Amino acid sequence: MSSANGGVDAALVTRLEGIAANARQDILRAIANAGAGHTGGSLSVTDILTALYFRVLRNDPERPDWPERDRLVLSKGHASAGFYAVLAARGYFSREEFVENYDTVDSIFMGHPDRLKTPGVETSTGSLGHGLSVAIGMALGLKAKGPAAHVYAVLGDGELDEGQVWEALMYAGTHKVSGLTAIVDFNKLQLVGRVDETMSLEPLVPKLQSFGWKVVECDGHDIAELIAVLESAREDADGPVIVLAHTVKGKGVSFIEDQVAWHARVPTPEELQQGLAELEVK
Amino acid sequence: MMAIGDMISCREAFGKALVEAGERDPNVVVLDADLGSSTQAAIFKDSFPERFYQVGIAEQNMIGMAAGMASVGLVPFTSTFACFTGRRVADQVSISVAFPRFNVKLLGAYAGIPAGKTGATHQAFEDLAILRAIPDMVVICPADGAETRQVVLAAVEFEGPVYIRSTREVLPVLFDDDYKFEIGKAVTLREGEDVGLITTGIMAHKVLEAADQLQTRGISAHVLHLPTLKPLDVPAIIDVAQRFDWLITVENHGIIGGLGSAIAETVTEHAPVRVHRIGIRDHFGESGDDEALFTKFGMNVEHIVAAATAR
Repeated sequence: MSSANGGVDAALVTRLEGIAANARQDILRAIANAGAGHTGGSLSVTDILTALYFRVLRNDPERPDWPERDRLVLSKGHASAGFYAVLAARGYFSREEFVENYDTVDSIFMGHPDRLKTPGVETSTGSLGHGLSVAIGMALGLKAKGPAAHVYAVLGDGELDEGQVWEALMYAGTHKVSGLTAIVDFNKLQLVGRVDETMSLEPLVPKLQSFGWKVVECDGHDIAELIAVLESAREDADGPVIVLAHTVKGKGVSFIEDQVAWHARVPTPEELQQGLAELEVK
Repeated sequence: MMAIGDMISCREAFGKALVEAGERDPNVVVLDADLGSSTQAAIFKDSFPERFYQVGIAEQNMIGMAAGMASVGLVPFTSTFACFTGRRVADQVSISVAFPRFNVKLLGAYAGIPAGKTGATHQAFEDLAILRAIPDMVVICPADGAETRQVVLAAVEFEGPVYIRSTREVLPVLFDDDYKFEIGKAVTLREGEDVGLITTGIMAHKVLEAADQLQTRGISAHVLHLPTLKPLDVPAIIDVAQRFDWLITVENHGIIGGLGSAIAETVTEHAPVRVHRIGIRDHFGESGDDEALFTKFGMNVEHIVAAATAR
């Protein structure tokens, strides 16, 4: 952990980049197949989840209930397609099973994550603003009861509009809750428009610092940087760390990137083919 | 231990029972949204300071934290007023607790009319309606301190989300040590022949007093108490509905969505009979002496007697 990328192995990074590209293909295929889904936010969070599930987060797809596992709460539950795509790549279920059954009756792949249905899903999310509170409870609970494990909460930037998020931030900052890393998929767009035009979060860094959090910024599409930042954050015993992962909504597909309209748009067959081609691993 | 006639509020019994639960089960923890001295959950803090989490006036975060704690095996109780558990955090209770089926015990204190003269903002007349409508939620509304104690202990034994309603009034204990509360079981408080009275929560006290007065007029009232509003004891309700041609429901809550609704829904499906509902009739509350408000809103002993004799 010494170089600019924290000494993250280059071969590992290349492998994870390939996994993320395939996961993005699965996201497009699943959403096209289902005729529904949140395309933009799933594509923006893919690298964050890949870095977590393939390197940073202690987990075992063969034992989703392993007591010593780290926990992740996908507070931006609408990015379920991105979540399932990475969990499938990790081996919690098959990629085809996800792509073919996303958003269908009786499947385990609901539009928003349901912990009672899907292996690897720690809790049910989708009503924005809830997840950080749940993650704090997990971190405190693990501290009180054991075993020692780290807790991650992945939030959207638009989600920071919710008052409950700030209740949770204030609590964790006041009580210096450690063993907890919050990650903001900071893609700058929300459903109806740009975040800064909808309700500005700025100045976000000092705002979060003033709530008692250590704030780290990084490129949310740079796997090596994500790994370095997230591994460093989990060593921080002084209190909660929040990572502002700067991302591009719709990342990886030229005509979806940074487009408000693609919050929950479904690709046409032609768009799907073009998107899959753009995401083809060279 | 409490004896019949001892004076104790449900809230005090709740706080003391939390300590008992905490002694029995090291996983029991309490989260409080700056109301612990009112809800009496703060009694727990004296015995188990390290298991008591003060979250401030932030009920949404409290419910989410409790869900997270339950997910790793703790048994969290959340402490706030019924008006907030029902109204303010309905979404958190539904989506963070009930949907993932986490083992969280939700307190709703100061329920209904007797909310310390605080008035409409703090008088919960819809919490039972809201909590009943949430899938997998167990809803319990005890009548006295002795039953409240048993409810708390039973809630810890039960795996899953439970809503417990408590009240502020100091009232005489109705149940002795032979009484065994069971989730989902109705209790016959008095056998009668002429009219069926169905009650929940503290209204049992007024209903029993009304039954006494009816007896002096030669009317034998049957009194069924439903401490659990969900799951309902359907066989017990059908049994009463088949024995009487007119049922009267009495609740410290609105008639929309609470006991009266639950009984009407059940008898309509299984044993149609006329149901007269006594409770808040679709309006907000106001500040004032508890008994004066019960009287103003047509929910006092005299109104139960009048309803039972007017048929």
